[in-house]
Amino acid sequence: MASLNVNGAVRQFEAEPDTPLLWVLREQLGLTGTKYGCGIAACGACTVHIDGVPTRSCVRPVSTVGEGEKIVTIEGLAPKASHALQRSWVALDVPQCGFCQSGMIMAAAALLKAKPKPTDADIDEAMTNICRCGTYNRVRAAIKMAADGGPSRTA
Amino acid sequence: MQTPSSSISSDLPPLPELDGIDAVAPAQFQPKARAVSRRRFLGGTVAAGGLVVAFNVPFPQRAVAQGMGGAATPASATGAAAAASVRPDEMNCWVVIQPDETVIIRVARSEMGQGTLTGLAQLVAEELECDWAKASTEYPTPGQNLARNRIWGSFSTGGSRGVRESHDYVRKGGATARVMLVQAAADGWKVPAGECAVAKGVITHKPSGRTTTYGKVCEAAAKLTPPTDVALKDPKDWKIAGQRVARLDTAAKVDGSQVYGMDLKLPGMLNAAIKACPVFGGKVKRFDAAAVASRPGVKKVVPVGDYAVAVVADTWWRAKTALDALPIEWDFGPSAAVSSATIAATLKAGLDASDAIVGSQAGDARQALATAVRKVEAVYSYPYQNHATMEVMNATARWTPERCEVWAPTQNGEAALAATAEASGLPTAKCDVHKLNLGGGFGRRGQHDWLGQAVTIARQMPGTPVKLIWSREEDMTHGRYHPITQCKMTAGLDADGNVTALHMRISGQSIVAGVFPQNLQNGKDPVVFQGLNAGGAEGAFGYAVSNLLIDHAMRNPHVPPGFWRGVNLNHNAIYVESFIDEVAQATKQDPLALRRKLLAQSPKHLAVLNAVAARIGWDKPAPAGVGRGLAQIMGFGSYVAACAEVSVADDGTLKILRIVAATDPGHAVNPQQIEAQVEGSFAYGLSAALYGACTVKDGRIEQDNFSTYPALLMAQMPKVETIVMPSGGFWGGVGEPTIAVAAPAVLNAIFALTGKRIRDLPLKDHSLKKA
Repeated sequence: MASLNVNGAVRQFEAEPDTPLLWVLREQLGLTGTKYGCGIAACGACTVHIDGVPTRSCVRPVSTVGEGEKIVTIEGLAPKASHALQRSWVALDVPQCGFCQSGMIMAAAALLKAKPKPTDADIDEAMTNICRCGTYNRVRAAIKMAADGGPSRTA
Repeated sequence: MQTPSSSISSDLPPLPELDGIDAVAPAQFQPKARAVSRRRFLGGTVAAGGLVVAFNVPFPQRAVAQGMGGAATPASATGAAAAASVRPDEMNCWVVIQPDETVIIRVARSEMGQGTLTGLAQLVAEELECDWAKASTEYPTPGQNLARNRIWGSFSTGGSRGVRESHDYVRKGGATARVMLVQAAADGWKVPAGECAVAKGVITHKPSGRTTTYGKVCEAAAKLTPPTDVALKDPKDWKIAGQRVARLDTAAKVDGSQVYGMDLKLPGMLNAAIKACPVFGGKVKRFDAAAVASRPGVKKVVPVGDYAVAVVADTWWRAKTALDALPIEWDFGPSAAVSSATIAATLKAGLDASDAIVGSQAGDARQALATAVRKVEAVYSYPYQNHATMEVMNATARWTPERCEVWAPTQNGEAALAATAEASGLPTAKCDVHKLNLGGGFGRRGQHDWLGQAVTIARQMPGTPVKLIWSREEDMTHGRYHPITQCKMTAGLDADGNVTALHMRISGQSIVAGVFPQNLQNGKDPVVFQGLNAGGAEGAFGYAVSNLLIDHAMRNPHVPPGFWRGVNLNHNAIYVESFIDEVAQATKQDPLALRRKLLAQSPKHLAVLNAVAARIGWDKPAPAGVGRGLAQIMGFGSYVAACAEVSVADDGTLKILRIVAATDPGHAVNPQQIEAQVEGSFAYGLSAALYGACTVKDGRIEQDNFSTYPALLMAQMPKVETIVMPSGGFWGGVGEPTIAVAAPAVLNAIFALTGKRIRDLPLKDHSLKKA
């Protein structure tokens, strides 16, 4: 048995050491909000935070994640989807199929932590997730809305 | 040779798979069919909330349609109809009203991001006059549809036809339910129904001011005989439809709770990974199961048809890694020497071949070209594209000798059911498919080779649910590709530079020949001519040329084709709209002026073109260092146009600065979702134009992941200004048509700026560096 600190709880699991963190999250821990898209860290659908750093979990062997490192997935980003990004995402109806959106939101959350008022160039640099539906412009608008505090309560 | 197939099993009426083809007209809303539907389900297993299936995570024990025994049963047979499940609170097949005032709206088409779930629900709710805030949706299963005489009509979700082909009968479903609910209230008050009004699910008796609600009268209303004729609202009176309402499915997509096909978990479920022969048409010679049998978690190694091998394990990662370690020997079959070069040579020969099939003609183009004062000619090509849905192909199946159930993200529940029946060896009546949310479709999930594989694997493990997930590499190399074509355009000009003749010769692959050859029309694939037709919803050619010939030399390489979002409209628009610009240049005309001249008799084509020209400011020169390009076309029932502004840096780097796009879909059910579709169309169309090409070497597709088949990213996404301009009187689609104008608008803008005419895509293969 090995263990991981995920979304504030220590979780035990059994997997070969070279198993990517993504598949431990999805198959052993039942956290399917984090998605498999490419398996080569190209698309970003599998993005989670490890000690706050956006990480493509599909190429990260689980054995290299220390028990003391804190993993946050989309399910643990904020209680009841209350993160300013999640509220902005809803306000602007960003998702289409939605499959890439967990990774998008996790990448954006890390960006806002590092740069609370990101420029367009910051957004271009940080947001390298692939969306085949083409939600990019609404993603950009939602990041800016969240940077400004999220949708107004009356909206 | 066994190839992945989703062909229709013979015990079913022919079903449409994907689009461009009117294989079956949707079953219209019929009161007669509803009489059948009112029979209670035998044993009642579904009635207890059971229809809320595919939207939540269904369990295999649930919704097992009993009493569906016997041999293969046509949909119309009474045995199947008697097994139809109807919950008692159903007003009709589209509407369920519950005593707590909640409203369930049934949606037969699949949601894959395009917003059809919300749009179709808006149309039902509009006529129902319910409280939109209390509305939710659910999918009926294709098995239920067959058992009820296809009461929900077509499940096919492609060709941008969710709204455009079912708006009439879903609105009638809402209106019929409203009439029955009001009648039930009037009956209770013993007053004429004509004295009652309804708004947001509250019924008011106008003379007395008494009120009641849908929830209170729904039980009585459900017992009434439905009216046979109901009037639909004039769209100008719409309050829910036509509005910028929020999607119904957003919340679950921002917190990870949305269950996609890949995310399904069933009790006792195992996972499978698969490898098919890398060369299409090849076979498995042998594999050494013993070599991986002792790996952790591995349960079984199974053949899938004669062309693939799957490993079944407790987790997918263990299945996948065991498969990677499995020694497999292939027989690559007859196409192992085919390459992109050999395919290109075959298509090139077709440009001048005599065996072409005519799509459109007027006058005598050949004669007019022979006598033209001057000719302009250009040859173009378009490569294979992979759909590259973000969610790879997957399906979960559970097979027993008595029953086969599948859970799958499919664009066509009925075709999925047919594929299930075929692969399971069971009659259709003993199968069903539960639709799960799609992580993208774009046409790929209308063909069900992957679903048949899942059933074939599950059949070798009776009673155990097995989830098959493709690796991205499998997905990239075993697609159903956007067809490959070349095109020769020849225009004849008179002494004044007027276009007197146009010959458009398309040479290349036919989707219909590859997917459902039975739908060829005397050898002609009508989908080839999308946007080039003399008239009709699938794309009227807007330009008036007195001597016109558009024909197709069908050349079908071994790479399997498929319907790829936008379908043939994509390359047809590139060919036509690039060439119009080439003619404009050759005759020293403004590209907009030439288009206006040739579109004078096509007012709807002209209107969208004029709209983008006005918004971009075509009457004034483009800013310094910026090139502008136009494109227009009609397809999927809608009229679209775009203008692109681009710049090119000294090192050749292209920047797409701005897109203005106009669309006239006749009626706009949800303008903010139309804007989302138009924006998304540019991301999809420009991904292909900039980067997309699947090339062939040794009979196989070379690109195997996003590293070699890149997609457009945030940094390359242009600003898109969308003009939604519904002119009324018809219903067009919005998911696809604008893709077609993305590439030609950009190609024309590049030419305007640099003088370089790109005739072969993708752009990444060309240098825009100043010479």
